[in-house]
Amino acid sequence: MTCRRLLLMAFVMLLSMAGFAHAQAIEPLPFADHAQELRFQELTRELRCPMCQNETLADSNAPIARDLRNQIFKMMQQGRSDEEIKQYLVDRYSGFVLYDPPLTAGTALLWFGPLLILICGAGVVLVAIRRRSNLGHETATDKKTPGQGPADLGDDW
Amino acid sequence: MNRLLPFIAFMLLVGLFGFGIWWNSHHDQNAIPSPLLDKPAPEFSLPKLYEPDQKVSKADLLGQPYLLNVFASWCIECGVEHPVLSAAAPTLGVQLVGYNYKDAPADAMNWLQKHGNPYHLLIADEPGQTAIDFGVYGAPESFLIDANGVIRYKHIGPITAEVMANEVKPAITAMLKEAP
Repeated sequence: MTCRRLLLMAFVMLLSMAGFAHAQAIEPLPFADHAQELRFQELTRELRCPMCQNETLADSNAPIARDLRNQIFKMMQQGRSDEEIKQYLVDRYSGFVLYDPPLTAGTALLWFGPLLILICGAGVVLVAIRRRSNLGHETATDKKTPGQGPADLGDDW
Repeated sequence: MNRLLPFIAFMLLVGLFGFGIWWNSHHDQNAIPSPLLDKPAPEFSLPKLYEPDQKVSKADLLGQPYLLNVFASWCIECGVEHPVLSAAAPTLGVQLVGYNYKDAPADAMNWLQKHGNPYHLLIADEPGQTAIDFGVYGAPESFLIDANGVIRYKHIGPITAEVMANEVKPAITAMLKEAP
């Protein structure tokens, strides 16, 4: 057997193993049509597996994730909307399961925290610029022509 | 003052880091607060583990408070809390109801034979469908349900001797004091 054939065989084996692992992870569900399958995939990607800290229901191989996927599938067959399905899960597992949490009093810090930090950072930068430009201004007035004044305050730091 | 500023900023970051470590070691990171607390327990109708043709519903258990303990033979941490439950069961003050979760009945019975059976009543949820209504996502989990069928307390993870003494028993005492 040539080296190339051996390599090819190993490659084929690897491929088939990958396929097997995938089949094990997520069993196929009998969707009515492709649109429903897409909707299912989108919905399960927006929902967090309660058991695992950072996996979506779509990705997780935990038993509870499998059960919840089946439950979501069942509810889709019953014609329930995405919102109803999300609410169903939130009622049982709290807002933890939502990767895109709604704006409530409890999640306000989550939503506006980054903005708050940005404002703090901007404040620090602003103070630093002011201070530096003041220093620069004091030394600049000795050399530059007077009267140019505040116009170039911002660009010499 | 200006020279101290970076140091102060650094100390603030150290403080934040320290708080993160303290916070993460003082609460169970896997525990999700249950939205079902202080709400009526979901309706259920599940077969008894030892008499599968007999069903137990929520209505059957109304009138007396109970501690519903979700366990399974495949669950390693259930073995950790089992001795604690067994020791506490006679003096618990409420019924201990075993909720066998996603388990083959034969496996559950073997497990109970090996570790002992402290439960007053055992119900089985092999498909795990009802457990979704309870917001169960693993085992062990325990619910304290009062005589009116309201969930008063929930613990996620094994009930250690510490949890039993500091959380479960006080919760039971408070509940019984309120509605004797």
